[in-house]
Amino acid sequence: MATALQVSLPLPVLPEGWSAEKDFKAAGTLSSATQRIVEPVGPHFLAHARRKRHKRTFSEDDRIQAQENVKKVEDEDAGDISEPEDPLMLQRDAKDWKNQDHYAVLGLSKYRFRATEDQIKRAHRKKVLRHHPDKKAAAGSTEDDSFFKCIQKATEVLLDPVKRRQFDSVDEHADVEPPSKKQTQKGNFYKLWGPVFEAEARFSKTQPVPKLGNEKSTKEEVEEFYNFWYNFDSWRSFEYQDEDVPDDNENRDQKRHVERKNQNARKKKKTEDTARLRHLVDDALSLDERIKKFRQQEHAQKNKRRIEKEAETKRLAEEAAKAKEEEAKLKAEREAAEKVEKAEGKKAKEAAKNAAKKNKRVVRGSAKDANYFHAGGDAPPSQIDAVLNDVDLIIAKIDNEELALLTSKLNGKKDAGEIKVIFAEEVARLVSAGTLKDGEAKSFA
Amino acid sequence: MSDEESSPQRVAIGISFGNSNSSIAYTTSEGRAEVIANEEGDRQIPSILSYVAGEEFQGTQAKTQLVRNPKNTVAYFRDFLGQEFKSIDPTPCHQSAHPREHESTVAFSIKDTESDDENIVTVSEITTRHLRRLKNSASDYLGKKVNAAVITVPTNFSDKQKESLSKAASEAGLEVLQFIHEPVAAVLAYDARPDAKLSDKIIVVADLGGTRSDVAVIASRGGMYSILATAHDYDLGGALLDQAVMDHFAKEFIKKHKTDPRQNDRSLAKLKLESEAVKKALSIGGSASFGVESLADGIDFTSTINRTRYELLANKHFASFTRLITHAVEKAELDVLDIDEIVLAGGTSHTPKIASSLRNAFPPTTSILAPSTSPTAINPSELVARGAAIQASLIQEYETEDIEQSTHPMVTVTPHLRASIGVLCISGSESQGLFRPLIDAETPAPVRRTAQFATPKEGGDVLVKICEGVREIKVTRAEKPQTNGRKEDDEDSEVDSDDEPEEVREKVWRVGKVLAEAAVKGVKKGGKVEVQVNVGPDLAVQVIAREVGGKGGVRGSIEKPAVVENGSA
Ligand SMILES: Nc1ncnc2c1ncn2[C@@H]1O[C@H](COP(=O)(O)OP(=O)(O)OP(=O)(O)O)[C@@H](O)[C@H]1O
Repeated sequence: MATALQVSLPLPVLPEGWSAEKDFKAAGTLSSATQRIVEPVGPHFLAHARRKRHKRTFSEDDRIQAQENVKKVEDEDAGDISEPEDPLMLQRDAKDWKNQDHYAVLGLSKYRFRATEDQIKRAHRKKVLRHHPDKKAAAGSTEDDSFFKCIQKATEVLLDPVKRRQFDSVDEHADVEPPSKKQTQKGNFYKLWGPVFEAEARFSKTQPVPKLGNEKSTKEEVEEFYNFWYNFDSWRSFEYQDEDVPDDNENRDQKRHVERKNQNARKKKKTEDTARLRHLVDDALSLDERIKKFRQQEHAQKNKRRIEKEAETKRLAEEAAKAKEEEAKLKAEREAAEKVEKAEGKKAKEAAKNAAKKNKRVVRGSAKDANYFHAGGDAPPSQIDAVLNDVDLIIAKIDNEELALLTSKLNGKKDAGEIKVIFAEEVARLVSAGTLKDGEAKSFA
Repeated sequence: MSDEESSPQRVAIGISFGNSNSSIAYTTSEGRAEVIANEEGDRQIPSILSYVAGEEFQGTQAKTQLVRNPKNTVAYFRDFLGQEFKSIDPTPCHQSAHPREHESTVAFSIKDTESDDENIVTVSEITTRHLRRLKNSASDYLGKKVNAAVITVPTNFSDKQKESLSKAASEAGLEVLQFIHEPVAAVLAYDARPDAKLSDKIIVVADLGGTRSDVAVIASRGGMYSILATAHDYDLGGALLDQAVMDHFAKEFIKKHKTDPRQNDRSLAKLKLESEAVKKALSIGGSASFGVESLADGIDFTSTINRTRYELLANKHFASFTRLITHAVEKAELDVLDIDEIVLAGGTSHTPKIASSLRNAFPPTTSILAPSTSPTAINPSELVARGAAIQASLIQEYETEDIEQSTHPMVTVTPHLRASIGVLCISGSESQGLFRPLIDAETPAPVRRTAQFATPKEGGDVLVKICEGVREIKVTRAEKPQTNGRKEDDEDSEVDSDDEPEEVREKVWRVGKVLAEAAVKGVKKGGKVEVQVNVGPDLAVQVIAREVGGKGGVRGSIEKPAVVENGSA
């Protein structure tokens, strides 16, 4: 080739550690090639041919073999487009073209709105080859060229995108009647309704249109499907069914009248169609088992949640009751214990009282034992009074424990001196504690 | 190459033979292809023969006979050759002699002698007579007896049709050196221009004629052409555009004179001829005048029409041309972004609106070679004949046997690469490197291509990673830019000014199979590396990588794939 291609992007730096024998490693082979014919034209081909032939001679067998896997670039005959022609259809009057089934005329009944432009062209050609008036004349037929005109009209409509839409809008043969409730309930919902929606989908401005799906479709898919159909944006229109507008200029009012009438009819039909579709979607929705299933699932989900919630409340209630019970029990126990305690306290108090009484008796007895601290002979009553008063003062000033302590100190003591000391000490303690005033209980001084 | 023995010196021309028109062309001694004007000065010679009292008229003279003498005028017959009656479409012949069944072929019943009897003249015979006239015109012009030709045919012309044409030609004293496909001839006519640069590209040839339109998508690789897909429309052509003009003037006439000139054969023929002339005038001028003496009921009729009006009338058809062409691109499994060039061929390609519609349907990277869009475009009516003349000059020295062997499927059937072969730049990682193609997909093997690559600033050791690359179309939805900076084409821009966000589509490379890695070491600062990839006929690959101006280099080979479809010799 002439000059080498120049690439201004730099080659990458050799990665660290890259190595290969002779600095080259193969990694894979070329993808398989397509066998095509190189057009035997031009100087470069002739050079190619010279190289490729090497003075060899190729045979007819070689030809067949070489052509075996060649990729075809020309279409085959329109063999896929063939259906028997209805004899009644062949007698149609071309003037009545508005009522003709353009697809049937071209033998495209099973394709209809699905027919591609290419298919229509090829179908047209096929029909022309058969029905051209010159062919009929040759076959000795006296048939007029009416059907040929039907073919031309059908092609004119179907190859014009605007006219084709107008016709497709009212092509009843492409409609799929929705099954009844009964049929649906007896049959397979998806099989019955799928084609209905597929047929309706042809009117959608938005393509592709979501499919009905099957029992395995997810909730999201089903929701998307119905959402789409409830918001359907349709290009369907009804001008094809317009009444012919009079062509003459004389009757202008009549002309305008028809035009207005047509306008209104179109609008009305469009409104009806929108309602019809809505109704149809409503019906499908109401018969769609998946909706029930999803509702049940949702219901079950809800139920499950409710049961769980109930169980939880129950558990909480039980727990609360248990706690309450426990508390009550504890309270009872505590109360019982308190009662016991109280009772015991009373006893102890009584005991203490008794002990105190006893102790007081002991204390008082000690004063008596010490002969009221009167040296020799019977103590005069004044002395006895004074001592007993002081002893009672002490007793009054001290609590039971101190009393018990004092009692224990006095217990068994007979010696007047000793007893006096004990009392004196007690008085001193009480005075220092501030319980007694200095000078009180002077009998023990 | 040949040793001329018994046969006299060959004088070969190129012939394009259409249903509507034919052209003859030859190659000058300087190697330029030129279309020859016949005695009447026509370079597009109507493929029509007419007989008046035993005298034969051809071309433009015969065409005028469509008015007075339609029954003895034979037109639009090329596609009937080699066909059975049941598989022809007689529609184009409504206003001339009707075809009829004759034995296993098609014939016309015409008075072609002085006698008043009609004779059955087969389409082969008609073709022979037509070719003989063409041959004579060329011989007169060249001053030597033409005896051979390369004739162009549609891509879907069957072997049987070619055989019939070959026979008819030889009856006329013309040896058919080779039949070549019309769209390929058109491409060759462009590539044979002295200033043409050879480059690999995908070309769409739209041959828009009078009765039919044919489209071919062609991969042009190193000057070799492979057809990837074709589309044909037997109803779409200049005749439909004539019809639109006819209907327009007929309606005008009816309004004024209350009679439809289309109801009467003669009026219709006049109307048609003048409408075609008006249509052609509108390819150059902004308006054209229509004038027919005694159009109907003895009434003369003149009128005018401007181009805008005409384009509105035929708008639907213009859209059909565009759709046919984009359909062919789809059939080739390509995107409009893959199309480097559209070559508009055939008479109808003069129509400016067809080119401008294509301009809108294809990206700016597609160049559209038509008179109204490219000042260097070759006259579309002459393209095919010129290509044929070039091919004729290339092979006229070959022996017949030689030509046969050179065009044998063993030679023509060739494996074409499925993916492009290229090198990764910037990074050796398949996800980060940028793929740069060296050999494009659909290139026939064997093939050798070389490219020079820049290296990192500092030079050093570089990696040459050879991969297959697959072209993908990346679509991004960009918010519509507020101003797109265009001023001139305001009226076009409203076509796409709906509120949808603008789609930006671009070609990107996806790295496919890695084929090999090579290291070129010690490249000096600012050095370049040359990579040569050489694909053999069996798809084995040889790689050579070396520093430009450096010594040695790295060589390696990649084995051929395990399954090679047959066909390569
Ligand atoms: N300048 C022009 N502008 C518009 N149309 C033109 C022009 N010149 C020729 N044509 C039209 O081109 C058509 C003829 O095309 P061409 O000469 O390529 O015919 P062809 O190859 O014989 O076609 P086919 O085989 O399809 O009938 C006619 O319809 C003619 O009116």
